[in-house]
Amino acid sequence: MTTPERWTSRLGLVLAMAGNAVGLGNFLRFPAQAAQNGGGAFLIPYLISFVLMGIPLMWVEWAIGRHGGRFGHHSAPGMFDRLGRGRGLKYVGVFGLFTSLGVAAYYCYIESWTLAYVWHSLAGTFRETDPGAFYPRYLGQTADSMFALPGEALFFFVVTLVLNAYILSRGVARGIELAAKILMPMLILFAVVLGIRGLSLEVGDPGVVQSPLVGLNFVWEPQLSGLWDPSTWLRAAGQVFFTLSLGMGTIHCYASYVRESEDIALSSSAAGWTNEFVEVVLGGAILIPIATAYLGLEQVQSATAGGSGFSLAFLTLPTLFNNWGWFAPLAGAMWFGLLFFAGITSSLAMGQPILAFLADELGIRRERGAAIFGAAVFGLGFLCVWLYPGGAFDEFDFWTGTFSLVVFALAEAVIFAFVFGIDRGWEEITRGADLEVPRLFRFVLKWVTPAFLVVVFASSLVKPAAGAWREALAGLAAGRGWPFAPDSVVGKILHSGEASTAWWDADGLPTRILVQDATRALLLLVFAGFAALVWLAWRRRGRQK
Amino acid sequence: MTLAAWIMLVSTWAVIVFFTARFLWKVVAPRRRRDGHGKG
Repeated sequence: MTTPERWTSRLGLVLAMAGNAVGLGNFLRFPAQAAQNGGGAFLIPYLISFVLMGIPLMWVEWAIGRHGGRFGHHSAPGMFDRLGRGRGLKYVGVFGLFTSLGVAAYYCYIESWTLAYVWHSLAGTFRETDPGAFYPRYLGQTADSMFALPGEALFFFVVTLVLNAYILSRGVARGIELAAKILMPMLILFAVVLGIRGLSLEVGDPGVVQSPLVGLNFVWEPQLSGLWDPSTWLRAAGQVFFTLSLGMGTIHCYASYVRESEDIALSSSAAGWTNEFVEVVLGGAILIPIATAYLGLEQVQSATAGGSGFSLAFLTLPTLFNNWGWFAPLAGAMWFGLLFFAGITSSLAMGQPILAFLADELGIRRERGAAIFGAAVFGLGFLCVWLYPGGAFDEFDFWTGTFSLVVFALAEAVIFAFVFGIDRGWEEITRGADLEVPRLFRFVLKWVTPAFLVVVFASSLVKPAAGAWREALAGLAAGRGWPFAPDSVVGKILHSGEASTAWWDADGLPTRILVQDATRALLLLVFAGFAALVWLAWRRRGRQK
Repeated sequence: MTLAAWIMLVSTWAVIVFFTARFLWKVVAPRRRRDGHGKG
């Protein structure tokens, strides 16, 4: 019998867990969300959500993971099977596989863009080429096509997948832990250097039109009126949820390699707060202040109006770095390098549950499992590449990266509190703890966190257009019906906001609706496929017994 | 930057840096050996 895999150091575990949580959103989404939702006032619901939902749910996931690891399960189906007697529990765990693979499919693609941008920054491409023109060309986007086969993007995608598969094939300690120990300090170092350089810009420096502190003020100036808007609270809760990588099955997996009596309360808190440090302190001090210094506040406000700093990061920042003379290529490489490190430490966490499932439940060796994971991500990710202009990428993002996470998190919070039982759950969280967990959290875990998630889930189902809850409720009371937002679950299913829901246009060509519906069907198939594998694995196990 | 923005920034950064440093320090600091269950 082989020795079970373990983390070799506690710091390595915390860095790997923090690396799992720290992703592109820490640098691209958080500052834009904060700036557009009340500025400094956004941090009030954000920190409340972090304490009442984020940290407790992290404890739940760590506890489920360590408990499952005791029985040799390192992926969600086996872990959930051990939480109670219900035969259906293992199928709840399917979400932990589906989400990991589905998110990896498009996330690794974005990760590969950052790798490509590191290369192009060092090669000086952005000195001659406007990133605004480079970006659509790189993705193969043409004005009237729904399909794209961009050679360079595919090349970097494959390189990224090979890197991921190689690190995963080395195992938990020699692969994931070692990568986290090297990449996380580098990420923080790059972010600190860029933050200091950006915030020290002054009006009068080449190209600087406004003080970067104006940008910092945009992120932090508290607009207290935003606190009365339910959308601000929902967005803050959503941001906390996504930034901690909750509801994905990745935390469970990493925690399953912790020894039975080893602490989880302190390690999880350290990982969670490290993520907050990277997100709030570092993430809020780079993108918007630098962009504001060179573009002025108005342009930055309009570029982040959708609550994302994505376009600023990929389309604008590479040019702005050109004002930094000899440091420009390095600054570009550091910026996209830190995004790449943030990305790969997260995608490794998405790969490990799949490898663990293949190894534990189906007896497939790690090296082979890594290759299967790489191939599966390439297969699904290729659709995101090929059908990017048609909207397949967005479908993956919504159904796996938003909807599925919330469903899984809600299910696990309820199962932990009411099926596994809060008494056993509390014992599991506090066993071996090097941190005194306040008893108040027992109540929070049982009632507040699930209630929080019910609200987040319900609001994602029926979010009204433009997030205007008051107007929507008034309209409903007046008998005008409910205006589902196009990005609510119901709105997505009904294709709200689309002029036509036909699959073919007048010329007999496929429409975006067809791409969207076909992508959804494929994702359902992936979920069903995982469920079938779980059924098969348990059937096989039953026979062996 | 306005005074209100500075107050929000400094107080939030202080809270986050404090807890991050505190927990990370506890993680790397040598641990006392304990038996039995956690403090709960």
